[in-house]
Amino acid sequence: MIALAAGGPVIPTFGGGGSSFTCERANRLFCSSWLSRNWGPVLWPALRQHIVLTLIAVTIGFVISTTLALIAYRRRWLERPVLIITSILYTIPSLALFELLEPVPGLGLSRTTAEVALVSYTLLIMFRNTLTGLREVPDEVRDAAAGMGMGPLRSLLRVELPLAVPAIIAGVRIATVTVISLATVASLIDNEGLGVPILTAISNEVFKTELIAAGALAVGLALTADGLLVIIQRLLTPWTRAA
Amino acid sequence: MSTSTTAQIEGPSAFPQAAPLELRHVCKRYAGQREPAIPDLSLEVVAGEVCVLVGPSGSGKTTAMRLVNRMIPLTSGDILLGGRSVLEREPNELRREIGYVIQQVGLFPHQTVSDNIATVPRLLGWDKQRTATRVHELLELIGMDPDDVGPRYPAQLSGGQRQRVGVARALAADPPLMLMDEPFGAIDPITRARLQDEFLRLQERVRKTIVFVTHDIDEAIMMGHKIAILRQGGQLAQYDTPAEILTNPADEFVAEFVGADRALKRLGLATLAEVELLAPNGLKPGANKVALDTTVRDALSQLLAAGGEPLTVFDEREQVAGIVTLELLGGLLGNGSLTAGEPASSGGQGGEPAT
Ligand SMILES: Nc1ncnc2c1ncn2[C@@H]1O[C@H](COP(=O)(O)OP(=O)(O)OP(=O)(O)O)[C@@H](O)[C@H]1O
Ligand SMILES: [Mg+2]
Repeated sequence: MIALAAGGPVIPTFGGGGSSFTCERANRLFCSSWLSRNWGPVLWPALRQHIVLTLIAVTIGFVISTTLALIAYRRRWLERPVLIITSILYTIPSLALFELLEPVPGLGLSRTTAEVALVSYTLLIMFRNTLTGLREVPDEVRDAAAGMGMGPLRSLLRVELPLAVPAIIAGVRIATVTVISLATVASLIDNEGLGVPILTAISNEVFKTELIAAGALAVGLALTADGLLVIIQRLLTPWTRAA
Repeated sequence: MSTSTTAQIEGPSAFPQAAPLELRHVCKRYAGQREPAIPDLSLEVVAGEVCVLVGPSGSGKTTAMRLVNRMIPLTSGDILLGGRSVLEREPNELRREIGYVIQQVGLFPHQTVSDNIATVPRLLGWDKQRTATRVHELLELIGMDPDDVGPRYPAQLSGGQRQRVGVARALAADPPLMLMDEPFGAIDPITRARLQDEFLRLQERVRKTIVFVTHDIDEAIMMGHKIAILRQGGQLAQYDTPAEILTNPADEFVAEFVGADRALKRLGLATLAEVELLAPNGLKPGANKVALDTTVRDALSQLLAAGGEPLTVFDEREQVAGIVTLELLGGLLGNGSLTAGEPASSGGQGGEPAT
């Protein structure tokens, strides 16, 4: 069973070394002194772990869902079963999924367990978007490619996939933001990422700076990742702005 | 157009010769269909000529065309390109040798105009320099500025421009055969007339063997050396020159398909240059002028519009070539010297008559 406090201290970590805790003692809503003391030891490592967790989950999810989408693009019958399974995975409440995975031999309270859960949430979105993007390539474009002697693989790599890039990246964007948000909950099992300071802060009913700081970092991370993906899409698809 | 070369003579051509095409007892039955879309079709297209497939919707025009580049498999029969069965060829290799233009054009939206045109040369492994030269040459051939239009994306072109780029892309590797499925079908009438004109001038220069699909009989008459009229069920109703089809339609269906005004259409195939005009001295030159290369049909229309007043005919050097009157044209129609004549040389093609 997962304990909500996850072994974290109930008394807020005011951090060591500093001489003045005026702000903390006055119990103001946000203490920048706390932030500057805890950025190095607490927040920055948590943010870094969070980024790594997200990158791994989105990358693995992308590879799996793109592969499935490419197969389903050629073999239509595969679409339904994949959609059903990934939809189920997507709708399981995250806490329940962590609970379900934890007793599985070899998983337990580990980063692997967290990643398995996070990856499973990305599949539906990225699978559906990639497949839709490929299917929405206009018939006449596919016909022209074949009619000029491209062959199925070349047509896929040079025409169909490039045209599906906007839809694919749209899927990656949603998946990334979802993972960044869910990874805070995943801290319950792997005890890393921005979820750790958030959980610590939740268990403290008075001191809110840590909660606000870690929450803001998660939101900022999501916005930054999304912005980066938008830039990547613009670089990859200059034609979408030529109209 | 500033190129003085044709693509075939001096361009970096892979296939300098147009090839003859022959359909031998071609049959196509789609899977799950009881009746074949095309039961038994045989026709020959002479190298360098335009064969127009025309007929009502569902008569099998597209099917017949797509059988040639093996976009759909033959049920039985054979198709020979340059004397060689297309069935012996590797399909992708065959398709790279056949220009393919469709109504919806199908330009690649994510590639620039230049990259689109370079598609087949790249598939054929041409080097960069040769490909770039060819793209430049083709853009000029279709009357576009390579530096302006080349780097644009298809979304930045008008419908008519896209259609022209589609034709240039199909011409890129200088194929011995072009397949064109209603290439001007989705375009407004004015642009369409311009594209048809351009197409004829282009064809005069590149001399491809062309299979051209349309359901517009007027377009067929204008474009084709020969017209194959298909009826519902994929049967060939008549395969002949435009003049012959207009003069001697094979049956009721063809007569109805070419229209009740077929005598007028026939007049559209000849120009005043082929008519024995009245000498200018007998009549005083009227105010109404007409050029020598006007079709007889248009001249008749102008005569009617002028209330029967005679028209003075001028040649290219602005010299009076003669006078044309309603009586003169009426006499020509009466004695049949126009309507039953040999195929007109300049009305449809501006080149030699079909041989
Ligand atoms: N993929 C297909 N499967 C089954 N039947 C088909 C298929 N494609 C065409 N047909 C049928 O074959 C016949 C000929 O179709 P085709 O597209 O060649 O006609 P078309 O002359 O090009 O018509 P249109 O002028 O409307 O383009 C039609 O009856 C059509 O329904
Ligand atoms: Mg058709």
